[in-house]
Amino acid sequence: MGKTLAEKIWDDHVVRTAAGEPDLLFIDLHLIHEVTSPQAFDGLRLSGRPVRRPDLTLATEDHNIPTTDLDKPIADPVSRTQVETLRRNAEEFGVRLHPMGDIDQGIVHVVGPQLGLTQPGMTIVCGDSHTSTHGAFGSIAFGIGTSEVEHVLATQSLSQARPKMMAVEVDGALPEGSTAKDLILALITQETTGGGQGYIVEYRGEAIRALSMEERMTICNMSIEWGAKAGLIAPDETTYDYIQGRPHAPQGAAWDEAVAYWSSLTTDDDAEFDKVVRIDASQVTPFVTWGTNPGQGVPLSATVPHPSDFEDENERAAAENALTYMGLEAGTPMRDIAVDTVFVGSCTNGRISDLRRAAELIKGHKVADGTRMLVVPGSVRVRLQAQEEGLDVVFKEAGAEWRGAGCSMCLGMNPDQLTPGERSASTSNRNFEGRQGKGGRTHLVSPDVAVATAVLGHLASPADLQPVPANA
Amino acid sequence: MDKFTTHTGVAAPLRRSNVDTDQIIPAVYLKRVTRTGFEDGLFAAWRGDPSFVLNQEAYRDATVLIAGPDFGTGSSREHAVWALQNYGFKVVISSRFGDIFRGNSGKAGLLAAQVDEKLVQRLWTYVEDNPGASVTVDLESRTVKAGEGVDAIEDSFTIDDYTRWRLLEGLDDIAITLSHGDDIDAYESRRPAFKPATL
Ligand code: SF4
Repeated sequence: MGKTLAEKIWDDHVVRTAAGEPDLLFIDLHLIHEVTSPQAFDGLRLSGRPVRRPDLTLATEDHNIPTTDLDKPIADPVSRTQVETLRRNAEEFGVRLHPMGDIDQGIVHVVGPQLGLTQPGMTIVCGDSHTSTHGAFGSIAFGIGTSEVEHVLATQSLSQARPKMMAVEVDGALPEGSTAKDLILALITQETTGGGQGYIVEYRGEAIRALSMEERMTICNMSIEWGAKAGLIAPDETTYDYIQGRPHAPQGAAWDEAVAYWSSLTTDDDAEFDKVVRIDASQVTPFVTWGTNPGQGVPLSATVPHPSDFEDENERAAAENALTYMGLEAGTPMRDIAVDTVFVGSCTNGRISDLRRAAELIKGHKVADGTRMLVVPGSVRVRLQAQEEGLDVVFKEAGAEWRGAGCSMCLGMNPDQLTPGERSASTSNRNFEGRQGKGGRTHLVSPDVAVATAVLGHLASPADLQPVPANA
Repeated sequence: MDKFTTHTGVAAPLRRSNVDTDQIIPAVYLKRVTRTGFEDGLFAAWRGDPSFVLNQEAYRDATVLIAGPDFGTGSSREHAVWALQNYGFKVVISSRFGDIFRGNSGKAGLLAAQVDEKLVQRLWTYVEDNPGASVTVDLESRTVKAGEGVDAIEDSFTIDDYTRWRLLEGLDDIAITLSHGDDIDAYESRRPAFKPATL
């Protein structure tokens, strides 16, 4: 019997296998940030262990850092301590760090691919659940806890029980006006937040092949939101084109060797998945969440559901709680929901193509009165690229705030937070209670919907916008 | 991780059941950047109460905690184990532990000794009648001992074989993996050269 893509990568990384024990896997790339690493480094210090492979480790500052007043010290002492601790640890253990002010600083899942460090056929881990993003390149990438961070630092390997394999067959083509974000939000609602539990998921089919590299990252990023251990997409020309020429891309003969290996990374025709689910991309329209988990979504054209629409008792109770928390009434058209803040950014939708799309759509429009819009690039390079293309000017002319790079309002660990009761349309990946600030209410949306919402002041899609006159 | 064979120390009776990890250490205490120093947050909600067991002189230096059933349920935070260890505890005795807490304990070197509910009751009575008395927990023979003469208590506890082996050998997960260092070396030597490096 043949192997799935994920099985091939897994088998290529087994350091040791023994009956009754989990496999010991070699880790090709370990990404680090300031929040989940301090105790891991402290553990190394206590036991007198070095970092085994600093050359396979990369640190950046992202979760905690401010996106304004970048020239001043970090105001919050707890955040500052975490950042300073990372700097000390990186120095002491010889780990490469991109700190604030560095051109390669940014969200860890934006930085890896942009440097060309994320390549097909790798195992990639990070103390962050959205490490699944890197699966877009045809790698096994997943989030780990602090003890495991220490384990990888010390041994460059990790004991892991082999997960089950699932295929997501995406049939048809995405219609004009629908994005990768709409597709993944629709899939999560279809499969529910626990649907992927215990699986590595391979996204397949024509609609997936047609996606750009950055759109594929948006899809894989949210694998964790439906419970999957990891999500991945087989590499192809789109993948190679994206990697070629980046700072850490293989060169010359090594490139040819790499591509030859990468080309073997597809699921064999006779491989068997433990589970297959399907979604029809041609039916996907702009999709938004109404509740407090990423599986509580509906098409933008629909209304807020009624708890009694849900047969499952737990889902019904969850819907009731969510409506109360979100301050919504069942039956309200989604388009009637007024929004206070629009956030464009995060490791889901904070890359250059997202900003280009958002700028193109907002050009000639103004952010609605009473609505604020934050645009937060995923990395400093994304920010500089956008500025080179004049996107910052477009955003500022529309009345949006152009910020420094980082996680920002995705998790509200820095000062970019919602106030209690404030409602956002956010291109990030989690709408949990309080995720963007205590009492904040989050609707997950695509960059397209985010822009239209900012302009109209209520949830909307670009189709709802008045055309901009040609001479504007 | 230090080897754990046997431990004798002052035992404190924690007469509560369902002590979840939020009670062991509340979330506000999780901001530290070290794995040490969490003793301040241990049982934070109760530490202000003068009658709380750890505030009584006799139990101040306790290293063995005798707790009610379902100790360590709830959140997976590893900080709960660290807080107990930072405070000085080596052993927690209970009739039932939260799964993740038990797993984390084994990783960090805290002995979670599971005993019959009746033994918990007897130990509670004994250490309350004899404040500051010691209890011995022998991992090799899997026994708990306390007192002398006719009232002496001696009974067994359970712990899974793999965790017992690791504690006896003083091996943490990392040490076990490092014992397979040859396998990692061998893997590294056959790893393709085109794979990226950060340095
Ligand atoms: S942008 Fe959000 S989801 Fe992504 S790494 Fe940062 S906090 Fe996590």
